[in-house]
Amino acid sequence: MSDFISRAFGGRRRPPEGMEGRIPPGQYYEAGFPVLTAGPTPHVDTATWTFSIDGVVGAPRSWTWEEFNALPFEDVPCDIHCVTKWSKLDTSFRGVSLDTLLEEVEPLGGFAMAHAYGGYTTNLPLEELTDGRAWVVTEHEGEPLSAEHGGPARLLVPHLYFWKSAKWVAGLRVLDSDEPGFWESNGYHMHGDPWREERYWND
Amino acid sequence: MERLTPAESGAPTPHERDGLPTVAPAAPGRWQIGEITRIVQETPRVKSFRIELPIWVPHLPGQHYDVRLTAPDGYRAQRSYSVASSPLDEGSIELTVDRLDDGEVSTYLHDVLVVGDKIEVRGPFAAYFVWRGESPALLLGGGSGVVPLMCMLRHQRRAMPEADLRLVYSVRRPDEVIYRDELGEETLLTYTRVSPPGWDGHSGRLDAELLAAAGVDPATGAVFACGSNGFVETASQLALAAGFAPERIRTERYGPTG
Repeated sequence: MSDFISRAFGGRRRPPEGMEGRIPPGQYYEAGFPVLTAGPTPHVDTATWTFSIDGVVGAPRSWTWEEFNALPFEDVPCDIHCVTKWSKLDTSFRGVSLDTLLEEVEPLGGFAMAHAYGGYTTNLPLEELTDGRAWVVTEHEGEPLSAEHGGPARLLVPHLYFWKSAKWVAGLRVLDSDEPGFWESNGYHMHGDPWREERYWND
Repeated sequence: MERLTPAESGAPTPHERDGLPTVAPAAPGRWQIGEITRIVQETPRVKSFRIELPIWVPHLPGQHYDVRLTAPDGYRAQRSYSVASSPLDEGSIELTVDRLDDGEVSTYLHDVLVVGDKIEVRGPFAAYFVWRGESPALLLGGGSGVVPLMCMLRHQRRAMPEADLRLVYSVRRPDEVIYRDELGEETLLTYTRVSPPGWDGHSGRLDAELLAAAGVDPATGAVFACGSNGFVETASQLALAAGFAPERIRTERYGPTG
């Protein structure tokens, strides 16, 4: 570890008292909810929206908006961490657990590629999507998820950097091997654990 | 691996001529301690910092570096800043930084750093919002969002003068124009709040007319839009409406950093 000290730096935006242990290394506390997207915001109509799981599965399937909304929803209080350095604490989403969705398709591969309306992709090991650690969410803090934050539905995987929580999610493709998604092909880490500061290639 | 010029360009790249690698390394990014060699006050709240690096690699125009500050008790703060200088400036980079009043890193850079100070950085990073010689290309910049776009322009002028880049640059008021002396005929400037006395150019927010005035053909052009989320959202929707394909519209949004 470098022992470099920045001359005359004291730190003026330290996390609020009691929250230090919840801010991963290199992150800062942010009260707002910044928007980051690689291209124009797609506007997805719930009349034609579907969420599908296919690929290496026993029984591929897809849900319409009505079918999806008939599934059991849960509240997801969480902290989120963006690779651009901000962390937002004590926020909440509402959606359907990936455990519920994956149960119906019988996944056989160990990895998944999430894909989104607008063409975005991001890769995740399947084990990061199970055991109550990932959701497809349609509400943020009691309101329908806005288009700029990924509405009508986005993936939510709060224990990884937030680029893994694909906005405008359209489905998951289950794969036998790990393949890079959009940011993972453009210099960002394949896994993206904020507590290990897995930001870029070779971190 | 990223090339600095497009494959369709047959001429040797400047780096080949200089005997430097044409390819950015796939694994850049260890923390290193650079030295501030020049500071330019661009506008009342924007400064450019020239940083000499012990381990320098050529960046792609549009890439960023991370800056890390460390307090004596070990507390650290990191932020990302776009590179403003051409990758032909061997051995150093220039970062242009907007001073945010509630910022932590930008206020330090502005209020504390002097020439000769050391600063910890790593990069260059991210290979999406980068110019690889696409021509024609429409650059849409709002406020300090012009920084990576100026990197593209500076590099184009030195490395690919035949490439056709046009910049539409939106600022609120005259004292917020960064790189004023470097804006040439490729640039359309618009003032959204206050125009200078006697100004006969564009005023008001970016709209379809101004975007069309830049003269980039939507059928063949690429778009790079950078600025606040509001600016980028407007700019990218205008570009879509003008007929640019969504996959050729790349955006970079400046969230609240500091």
